[in-house]
Amino acid sequence: MESMLHITTLHYLVLGAALFLLGVIGVLTRRNVVIVLMSIELILNAVNLNLVAFSRMWGGLHGQVFAIFVITDAAAEAAVGLGILIAFFRNKETVNIDEVNLLKW
Amino acid sequence: MVIGGILVITRKNAVHSALALIVALLAQASLYLMLYAPFVAGVQIILYAGGIMVLFLFVIMLVSIERSMKEKQFNSQWVVGTIAAVALGGLFIAVYAKGKNIFPEHALSVVEDTNTQEVAKLLYGQYMFAFEIASLLLLVAIIGAVVMAKKRI
Repeated sequence: MESMLHITTLHYLVLGAALFLLGVIGVLTRRNVVIVLMSIELILNAVNLNLVAFSRMWGGLHGQVFAIFVITDAAAEAAVGLGILIAFFRNKETVNIDEVNLLKW
Repeated sequence: MVIGGILVITRKNAVHSALALIVALLAQASLYLMLYAPFVAGVQIILYAGGIMVLFLFVIMLVSIERSMKEKQFNSQWVVGTIAAVALGGLFIAVYAKGKNIFPEHALSVVEDTNTQEVAKLLYGQYMFAFEIASLLLLVAIIGAVVMAKKRI
């Protein structure tokens, strides 16, 4: 077990970057609005992972406090986003992003 | 967690995506435990996986009709979106290749079991203003969500 892999901060940052990339792909390419909102939650989780990994590296707990604030903020934004989604669905009966084109020229 | 993330963005059924996201959030909580952050892990499980995802599942139940599962799955701009995402991935790889020697090995800092108390000291001491602003934000979000989802204002 001498060549055991030490999990350094870099591994957490790479994982955070991969999750961020997956979230961005989800936001940019999916049609269903609910899945776009869930991809935004993925992005916020990747950012949280970054914060807590750096908090571990530097020893202080400021990153964890900021991560708690990010989780709170994500909850508020998910609630308002889903409220907007329900209002949108009541008007148009679809959850397609391609149908949101009233402001298109 | 990466498998959960891939399942979130590729499933056709929205309920499958939500369940995959719950799996990803629980895996993230375990990663927080590995990073010696038990309070954030507890907050993540209770708030995120137990609150926000339940809200998502309720809205999926109200909103997603059968017709949306038979339609096409990907956007009409998916080509440009994928190119932009690949460009972002290339940027990440460039940053990694350039700066991967900066990070030291884990200096095992003081790992105590009073993490919650220390977080509380920071939260109510130094970040008190941000704490109050966050509660104000939650109040505004509640009012906004109720107003957006009402039938008649």
